[in-house]
Amino acid sequence: MARLELKSVDKSFGAASCAKGVSLAVEPGEIVAVFGPSGSGKTVLLRMIAGMFEPDAGDILVGGRSIVDAPPEQRGIGMAFQNFALFPHMTARDNIASGLRARGAADVTAKVAAMSRLLKIEHVLGHKPRELSNGQKQRTALARALIGNPEVLLLDDPLRNVDAKLRYEMRLELPTLLRRGSAAVLYVTQDYREAMAIADRIAVLINGRLVQVARPEEIYARPASVAVARLFGDPSINLSEVTPTVGQGGLIATVAGTQVRLDADELPSGARGRCWLGVRPDDVLVTRHGGEDAIPARIVAVTPLHERAVVLLRFADGGEWLAALAPEALGAGADEDVFVRFAPDAALLFDHASGERIGLPSRRQAA
Amino acid sequence: MDHSSPAGRIFRGIALALVLVFFMFPIVWILLMSFQTNEQILRIPPRILFEPTLANYEALISGQLKTAAGNLQISFMRNLMNSFLLSSASVILALLLGVPAAYAFARFKFRLGETIAFTLLSFRFAPPLLVLLPLSLYYQQLGLNDTYFGIVWVYQLIALPLILWIVRGYFEDISPDIEHAYRLAGHSWREAFTRIAVPLAGPGIAAAGLLSFIFCWNNFVFALILASADKQPVTVGALAFVTASGIQYGQIAAAIVLSVTPTLLLALYAQRYLVEGLSLGAVKG
Repeated sequence: MARLELKSVDKSFGAASCAKGVSLAVEPGEIVAVFGPSGSGKTVLLRMIAGMFEPDAGDILVGGRSIVDAPPEQRGIGMAFQNFALFPHMTARDNIASGLRARGAADVTAKVAAMSRLLKIEHVLGHKPRELSNGQKQRTALARALIGNPEVLLLDDPLRNVDAKLRYEMRLELPTLLRRGSAAVLYVTQDYREAMAIADRIAVLINGRLVQVARPEEIYARPASVAVARLFGDPSINLSEVTPTVGQGGLIATVAGTQVRLDADELPSGARGRCWLGVRPDDVLVTRHGGEDAIPARIVAVTPLHERAVVLLRFADGGEWLAALAPEALGAGADEDVFVRFAPDAALLFDHASGERIGLPSRRQAA
Repeated sequence: MDHSSPAGRIFRGIALALVLVFFMFPIVWILLMSFQTNEQILRIPPRILFEPTLANYEALISGQLKTAAGNLQISFMRNLMNSFLLSSASVILALLLGVPAAYAFARFKFRLGETIAFTLLSFRFAPPLLVLLPLSLYYQQLGLNDTYFGIVWVYQLIALPLILWIVRGYFEDISPDIEHAYRLAGHSWREAFTRIAVPLAGPGIAAAGLLSFIFCWNNFVFALILASADKQPVTVGALAFVTASGIQYGQIAAAIVLSVTPTLLLALYAQRYLVEGLSLGAVKG
């Protein structure tokens, strides 16, 4: 199988730039999720690989061979579209078989039967797309993309138009399905949970630039920038403007008038004064008892969310944070005064001007 | 749908019937006239009940028009044949040229694309008489005067813009992703055009073809100026019924019935294509 490689690909439409120097390699059998807010250029990227748009600059290689000049039908690419894009005048069976027939493959019937059994759509093979439910349409579209064992598999937000229950099911099934043929898989999504559930690596695309490509845990724990940190996590990360100083116990940040210790002795060289301090709501603890490192706050609202409660906290200086914790761990209600703590190693620091994360020389690692 | 009172429903029924009578009456009356002699038609008051005669149709088919002043040779059947030939050939040519052009206008952005498309449409709002004088001069120079090809060509002024603009709209309604998916499955763009775009725009192509057929069939002035008797369609041929000894109402009625029938049948046949849904629920909206 072949490796998919993008080499500093540029693309713009008029004044709007959709890809700026995008370089990315996907190994055979690997699933890379392209994740980013809407309008960040994810779909344009897929379409350049599929041959619907031509890149302005850069190269796209499959198995070391440039495919930029090849027409879509010769690129050996399977693709599932967000809007399914089934052929409306053909049955599900003919939709799935179209690629095999075009390439003159043998045993078309048997292959279609096997693929539809895998995707649990054998019973609707004789139906036209308009007679299928959204879930069945989506499975038909996936079967059509998978059946030719393409070297490169592109999925453009395939779970966008299916309901929540089905999306959950497919999130469980998809990784196995996609790894079957050991194709290089690019999976576009706007949902960070989907990206984390399905992908081996996540490529975060913001305004046409890849800002971070890393394993899901890595991105969650060490986001490259404030923008990436904001995209991963629901509720999203708490940010406070701080100017860390070196005190007695090491690095100290002042949040809403309270000095809080950070997990480092000093700022790394080159880091300037003002920073963003980021703490994920999951890492925020709410207690009734004050003490060192505890920031006084008032509970503004409590929203039950799944098995967690999301608590909106307001500090004395008007700054607001969110905490996500188990309802029984809260022990306080709205309009009550509480204290907020977080573990020193849960805090992330970002440069105020560039938004880039400041890697703190951790004491524990140093010790 | 059925949410009005019984009185309302009755009133609506009566109103619909009135409208229907108003619009259908001329057609029914012409159908009745076609089975009457000139004397029966012109008597006052007119009667609904009469002894039907096929003389009008006989005269048309045999080409012998009996008037008070004697027998006249008419070539109505030839005119009818001409109408059929000219309209069909024009529509086929316009479809062959217009459908690929409509696809190009719908799918690709190219320099002057909109200008070209609009220029083609503008042929529809130029008065034909304005075009005809220079056109007839050109035709004489080119030797196209009084040829079938010449008339089919000038009929493109009617059929081509109509097909281009209607079919373009249908192509634009098809999600390009469907064609992209077909190409990624291993088909050339030509196959994507003939097996995806054209079948999916089928209802639109049928509608545009039918409409332009009717417009070509009804055209009068182009053939009047550019063709001589043996190439003229029924619309021009009908002039022959205005004779020295009066207007042959019976034959005119029969001629109308005969000339309306093909387009009527075509419309009834094509109707099922026209009502068929376009996108068929393949793409999530």
